[in-house]
Amino acid sequence: MEEKVIKNDVKVKPKKNPKDKLFKLDRQPLIISSSPHLNTTDSVPKIMWTVIIALLPAVVLSIYYFGLPALWMMSTCVISAGLAECLMNKLKGEEFTIPDGSAVITGLLLAMTLPPSFTLTSAIIGTVFAIVIGKHIFGGLGFNIFNPALLGRAFLQACFPVAITTWTFPKTDVYLSKIVDGVTAATPLGLFKFEGETSDLFNMFWGNIGGSLGETSAISIIIGGGFLLIKKYADWRIPVSYLGTVFLFGAIMWWINPKYPDPTFHLLSGGLMLGAFFMATDMVTSPITPKGAWIFGIGAGILLVVIRLFGGLPEGVMYSILLMNAVTPLINRYTRPKFFGEGSK
Amino acid sequence: MKLLSFKKGIHPKEFKYFTCNKQTEVLSIPDEVCIPLQQHIGAPCNPIVEKGDEVKTGQIIGRSESFVSSPVHSTVTGKIKTIDSYLHPAGTKTQMIKIQRTGDDDWQLLDVPKNWQLASTDELKSIVNEAGIVGLGGAAFPTHIKLAPPEEKKIDSFILNGCECEPFLTSDHRAMLEMTDEVLDGMAIIMKVLGVKKGYIGIENNKPDAISQITRKIQKSDYNFTVIPLKVKYPQGAEKMLIEAVLKRKVPTGGLPMDVGVVVNNVGTAIAVANAVIDGKPLVERIVTVSGDGVTEPKNLMTRIGTSFQKLIDECGGLKEETTTVYMGGPMMGISQWDLSVPVVKATSGIVCRTDKSTNGTSYPCIQCGTCVSACPMFLLPTKLARYSEHKLLEEANKTGILNCVECGSCAFVCPSNIPLVQWIRIGKLKVGEMVRSKN
Ligand code: SF4
Ligand code: SF4
Repeated sequence: MEEKVIKNDVKVKPKKNPKDKLFKLDRQPLIISSSPHLNTTDSVPKIMWTVIIALLPAVVLSIYYFGLPALWMMSTCVISAGLAECLMNKLKGEEFTIPDGSAVITGLLLAMTLPPSFTLTSAIIGTVFAIVIGKHIFGGLGFNIFNPALLGRAFLQACFPVAITTWTFPKTDVYLSKIVDGVTAATPLGLFKFEGETSDLFNMFWGNIGGSLGETSAISIIIGGGFLLIKKYADWRIPVSYLGTVFLFGAIMWWINPKYPDPTFHLLSGGLMLGAFFMATDMVTSPITPKGAWIFGIGAGILLVVIRLFGGLPEGVMYSILLMNAVTPLINRYTRPKFFGEGSK
Repeated sequence: MKLLSFKKGIHPKEFKYFTCNKQTEVLSIPDEVCIPLQQHIGAPCNPIVEKGDEVKTGQIIGRSESFVSSPVHSTVTGKIKTIDSYLHPAGTKTQMIKIQRTGDDDWQLLDVPKNWQLASTDELKSIVNEAGIVGLGGAAFPTHIKLAPPEEKKIDSFILNGCECEPFLTSDHRAMLEMTDEVLDGMAIIMKVLGVKKGYIGIENNKPDAISQITRKIQKSDYNFTVIPLKVKYPQGAEKMLIEAVLKRKVPTGGLPMDVGVVVNNVGTAIAVANAVIDGKPLVERIVTVSGDGVTEPKNLMTRIGTSFQKLIDECGGLKEETTTVYMGGPMMGISQWDLSVPVVKATSGIVCRTDKSTNGTSYPCIQCGTCVSACPMFLLPTKLARYSEHKLLEEANKTGILNCVECGSCAFVCPSNIPLVQWIRIGKLKVGEMVRSKN
């Protein structure tokens, strides 16, 4: 281990000459491979299924708050994602990639961004779009530029702008009195943006608010996301920089003009938690360099606040992440770490 | 106290328990040894004996005129049987000298001064050269060259490398415990040759017995070395990482340790130096760790160079039925073997036998997780380098620093997609190296 030269141990193949003394075998032949001969136990399926497990608290809470429709929505998306994946595998003549878990994540995440009242057929369309266009057109897992679930959601937003922003209030909601027909209502962000009302932060934290499935309960997302960070399956820099930027920038804007929402409201509303912990951290579409991760998070945070305060849309999480996805290759290129010893004399 | 270390790196399972508490046993001298004429980095030796010649233990049987080279010695007393090409554990066939043992050791020792403290540095250097000493940590770089840095490089520190960061291997560990005096003497000799005053011994913290033993011996002697316990992390034993950990100096890209005024040598090398300078014994034997779940009774064996792997493995009760892989060296950088008739060479620190199906299961596409980036101790982007190498984008690869890779394998170890990163990078390095050379 002192000098760096190793004799090539790459292309050694035993010759197939039985007379060759190499092959006086009294046992099964030994396997030749190039070092390293050890591996971590981490694997792509393990990472993906762990992400799914980390999503479970949010899944359970959304079923608790929204009831069966939430369950139908999620299972529809997951199943159609799986079927779309199989179809694409078949068309491309590759092995079935369901076991790697990535299609399930896409389906589940997409479901989490949809309101429970959304029609299932439209949800299926969105999921298929996410898998086929969002992932496989780019070349499949690892090659997509955009987070497939968010791309699917953006597509749905374009197709069904009204339906996707019609929210059911959780059945346990205490503010039903505010709502005319007691079935649909705007999200806290929508309420704020278009009616200038703020919602109760406590309820936002626990999930007792209107919104899409995974948008509502910050606590369940934090638990699952924290688990991912501890397992190191998500880069902690991204949620920290993303949420931190939103908080700081939001605070500055609030201080300039108190008519804007306060920073805590920013943090807890509009699926930011879900986006920060589960979507921005999507490995495939976020930078590989540590510095890049900071830039990614900060950039997304600034975009988010700008969209929320000055854009025409109530929601900015989706676009802020998608935009940063688009510049990720660029970020990777310009944030190459300094080589060990580079620049030292 | 916070343990010193370098940045990034990985934590593979250590697997040292197989042999770390086993006293080194002396392997009986084999009836036949096979001495490769190239066991070092540099020019291969030319045989200076002929078939049928009688040779003594320690007699030089091959040498080269070239400066970057190191002579090889007979490791038994006997008769030259053949000079032919045989399989080398590095995987290719090379020229080797086969010697049939005819009797007990009849040593041919080197001329050494009575008291090395009074000898001139040139004399000591030539003894190290004549003794055929090379880096015993695995790289086998001729030691006398390391001891003769160019004038303009001012060397102020010497680090003895007792990290042994590769899993399984315990030969340095046992050497530090069982041959502490030789280790310290060898280190003192090297420091005298280099004319340096500051000596450090870097030992990973998973060898507390070695740390305390060496510290105790230093206190009792008049040597003034500093023992530095280091964090257990791979590749702590890589020269550049070790220097960063111990001295906080960064070897510049493309540079050598001497560029920051440091020379690093391995524990085994220090022992070889002590044996040569004090007892006049050339490098004819070394400790080899035979370990892993694939061998019946793992052991540390003091082995004559040129002994076949088979003999060592037999001494350890043989391979198990289910053994699938055998490699020379540790699992991170070791070289797979398919024929156990290959001889132990100077760089053979261990023979590891495993029953798992060697490397990894299914490969997935790169999911851009960046784990390899967080692992690379050289601060490279392994995923990109491997891709450039795969697609033969040599210019890009060069710009992205492929030549800085120390081939530690950390990237391939951590990759959840099981991508053969370092393997691609190695191929890329060869090609980029050729490209750079042809340009100049
Ligand atoms: S790129 Fe080279 S130096 Fe970096 S981790 Fe891989 S093998 Fe080690
Ligand atoms: S560790 Fe493997 S999957 Fe992750 S970025 Fe590196 S090469 Fe890609």
